[in-house]
Amino acid sequence: MLAPVTHILALTAIQRERLLPVPGVVNARINQRVSASDVVAEAHWAREHVLIDVARKLGVASAVADRLIRCAEGDQVVANALIASGKGVFPREVRAPRDGRVAVVGGGRVLLEVGEVNVELRAGLPGQVTQIVPDRGVVIQTAGALVQGVWGNGRIDAGQLINLMEKPDSEFDAGRLDVSLRGFVILGGAAGKAEALRAAAELPVRGLILSSLHPALIPTALQMRYPILVMDGFGKLPMNSAAYRLLSTNVNREATVNAETFDRYSGARPEALIPLPVASEPAPPLDVEEFAAGQQARLRAAPHYGAIASIVRLLPGLTTLPSGLRAPAAEVRLEAGGETIVPLANLEVVG
Amino acid sequence: MPISLTDDHSLLAVDVGATTTRAALFDVVEGGYRFLAVGQAPSTAEAPFKDIGLGVRAAIENIQSITGRTFLDADRKLISPSRADGSGVDLFTATLSAGPSIRTVIVGLLADVSLESARRLAETAYGRVVESLSLADRRRPDEQIDAILRARPDLIVLAGGTDGGASRSVHMMLDTAGLACYLMPKEKRPAILFAGNNSLADDVKRLLESLTPALHFSPNLRPSLDVEDLDPAMSELSQIVTGIRRGQLRGVDELEAWSNGHVFPTAYATGRMTRFLSRLTGASGGVLSVTLGASAASVAAGFNGDLCLRVYPQYGLGENLAALAQNTDPDELIRWLSLDIHQNSVRDAIYQRSLYPSTVPATPEERAISQALARHTLHLAVRAAQRDFPPAARSDLLPAFEFIFASGAALTDGATPGQNLLLLLDALQPTGVTQAMLDRNNLLPLLGAAADLNQLLPVQALESGAFLNLGTTVSVVSAASHGAPVLRARLRYADRNEANIEVKRGALELLPLGAGEAAKLTLQPLHRADVGFGPGRGQTITVHGGALGLVIDARGRPLQLPSDAVRRRELFKKWLWTLGG
Repeated sequence: MLAPVTHILALTAIQRERLLPVPGVVNARINQRVSASDVVAEAHWAREHVLIDVARKLGVASAVADRLIRCAEGDQVVANALIASGKGVFPREVRAPRDGRVAVVGGGRVLLEVGEVNVELRAGLPGQVTQIVPDRGVVIQTAGALVQGVWGNGRIDAGQLINLMEKPDSEFDAGRLDVSLRGFVILGGAAGKAEALRAAAELPVRGLILSSLHPALIPTALQMRYPILVMDGFGKLPMNSAAYRLLSTNVNREATVNAETFDRYSGARPEALIPLPVASEPAPPLDVEEFAAGQQARLRAAPHYGAIASIVRLLPGLTTLPSGLRAPAAEVRLEAGGETIVPLANLEVVG
Repeated sequence: MPISLTDDHSLLAVDVGATTTRAALFDVVEGGYRFLAVGQAPSTAEAPFKDIGLGVRAAIENIQSITGRTFLDADRKLISPSRADGSGVDLFTATLSAGPSIRTVIVGLLADVSLESARRLAETAYGRVVESLSLADRRRPDEQIDAILRARPDLIVLAGGTDGGASRSVHMMLDTAGLACYLMPKEKRPAILFAGNNSLADDVKRLLESLTPALHFSPNLRPSLDVEDLDPAMSELSQIVTGIRRGQLRGVDELEAWSNGHVFPTAYATGRMTRFLSRLTGASGGVLSVTLGASAASVAAGFNGDLCLRVYPQYGLGENLAALAQNTDPDELIRWLSLDIHQNSVRDAIYQRSLYPSTVPATPEERAISQALARHTLHLAVRAAQRDFPPAARSDLLPAFEFIFASGAALTDGATPGQNLLLLLDALQPTGVTQAMLDRNNLLPLLGAAADLNQLLPVQALESGAFLNLGTTVSVVSAASHGAPVLRARLRYADRNEANIEVKRGALELLPLGAGEAAKLTLQPLHRADVGFGPGRGQTITVHGGALGLVIDARGRPLQLPSDAVRRRELFKKWLWTLGG
């Protein structure tokens, strides 16, 4: 049976696509080495439009208005620039209400793109540009540790990793934050209070890696301008031992927190990347595996939610679970001790 | 063209769900079509697979191992038509509910007329309305354009104007939608369905054809102000949805090739079958089909050939659960819990479930939470759909349905038939006399899709025991006080034995009546109770048994649960015990 895979890898080849949300200009070159903060592409993006109904303002038919319009598609106009002028001794005029670019002209109307902003796309992780995606961005390759989480607030940044967790079930508390943590990526534990997230924003930190997040804090987390990566789930959960071990043994290294939104169709997952020096290129992670005895797995449902275990054997046919349901299952040995039966649907292979 | 039964065509039908893909085999046995076997595998629409074909092949291989027959060749391609050595199938069809909800912008003239019809249409096909525009919209046209751009639609449904009626206002709406499409990158432009004033079709084509990858037309949703006709547009929309899925999911085009284009959205195919069944039952009672899956909850209600189909992604038991939890009063959900579980644990479990929709409840507690969620979401979905049912005597009650079909793991995976039926009774709260059927293999949509190829197959397959008949339920609506007698019932079996019972308000009773057995049931309501024939009116009817028998539900409509949690849990336990545990 095909198994879902979550990556918690000490060393692997990492390849990530970094794309602009709209077409723009790619600054990076193929084979260029980039740091996380390098701008690899940028675009100008108009967030708003203004529709100027020239025909109505001049009191003429659309076809007539089209002949009176003085601008063309693609023209940059400044506020108060003449858009169209009527005829007669005292001709009426139509002027641009704001700076902008003419997007469409026709039907007696002019549509302006206004409120243009400059969008800068940063590399997000240090590495080598292996591919240019024309007008959109780059593919960057590096080698290092990769830890996938389950939820992200849509931000990305990088900084030195520091650990505030003494153990996997530590809580993230505002009282533990001080100015010495400014600019760091913090390995923080279970977040239960909004003030801790806000305190991290005030420093500010470059990223926050949590074991869990109280569901009521989701709106606050989404407002934070630094990346928040949740490793295991919602409520108050310890960090899974594999992720905790890997992250806590990489403190003081540069870490990228790519807290992108989990999209099960595109495969985008929030993750932490820790680039490492390598002599030779490590193997890329396997995205697809079949369940098999000996695999390390993470339990993704109660009663051992988040626990790391090894698969002892796959059970034949269907197994009756304590809930009364019957499902394909495996016998697993929990890292914390003991063996239990888990439906395959509640397992994901760690690899 | 329908194919004659004498052709003895075998049919393989595949349903690709958000979490599970099923392949069902139908073939001719002793002169009639029979459902023979089902194979299943995890769906592979999502990353890292991103190809529904992998799950489809795994499900077909599963059915190969069950039946010993071969349907895939050495290259894992479908063998069709069947060969002399018995391998392959003659016909193939598929239904599809996997995929993200379809971001839909609806545009109409009057908010409570054409816009409302457009909303109802969008709700038939996994659509999530992300923006709506009408003449009542106070935003400037450029603000409306920006709203459409921000909505990033997969689909725009344009309605408005009666046939031969308003055109200028419709043109304004077309301009706004067209300008928004023009401003989008070509590869991100939405499909457009025009279902408004049909005299404007040429103008729509001229204005929009170059601005969309797929411009579709259907007859007007509102040919006149007082007439709504969604049916032709639903058919067109089903094709559009399959087209959108083709762009979103790898493998859809292969299913289309295997099936000669017979790939349908699952809900549409279910609706088709529900309509067909309601024609068979005629005016005597409607047919309700409910599906609770990870991607959506869908409700199809057939009334003598008329169909009301609604699909609600927001009530699906998958990734939308987090949003549902945010917008739900915890007490509304907790009231359905059969075990004592802390509110915070329930909340956290729902959020975890939104992360991993395909997980299976392994513990009794998880199971109780899962069933509470199913009761809550199904209740919400049916109540939402009910707004568009034909007017009933009491708007707070579900109209009487002769048959109720339930599918989706959350509704059919009960460890016992009693758990399944109690969940349905609690969530739907039916009225009158109803026969409840479990569609454990999700066959209803497959039969709906198969009807396109062979109209005899669904009829004969239905009669071949493809569904689990739970039994007949009599629901009592009464204003009598708790504990007062509301119904006397006499069940006369074929062997002339009798069972007599007096049912009190608040009670749930079970009389034995085995699967395949029929008996005469005489109902004598007391205190003007209504069992489907009007207040105080009784009748003698023929009822059919099932896995449970005859159930009389006098717990009340609407069902009022005690506010005391301990008492509530005791009642759940008692009711479940009554239904066999």
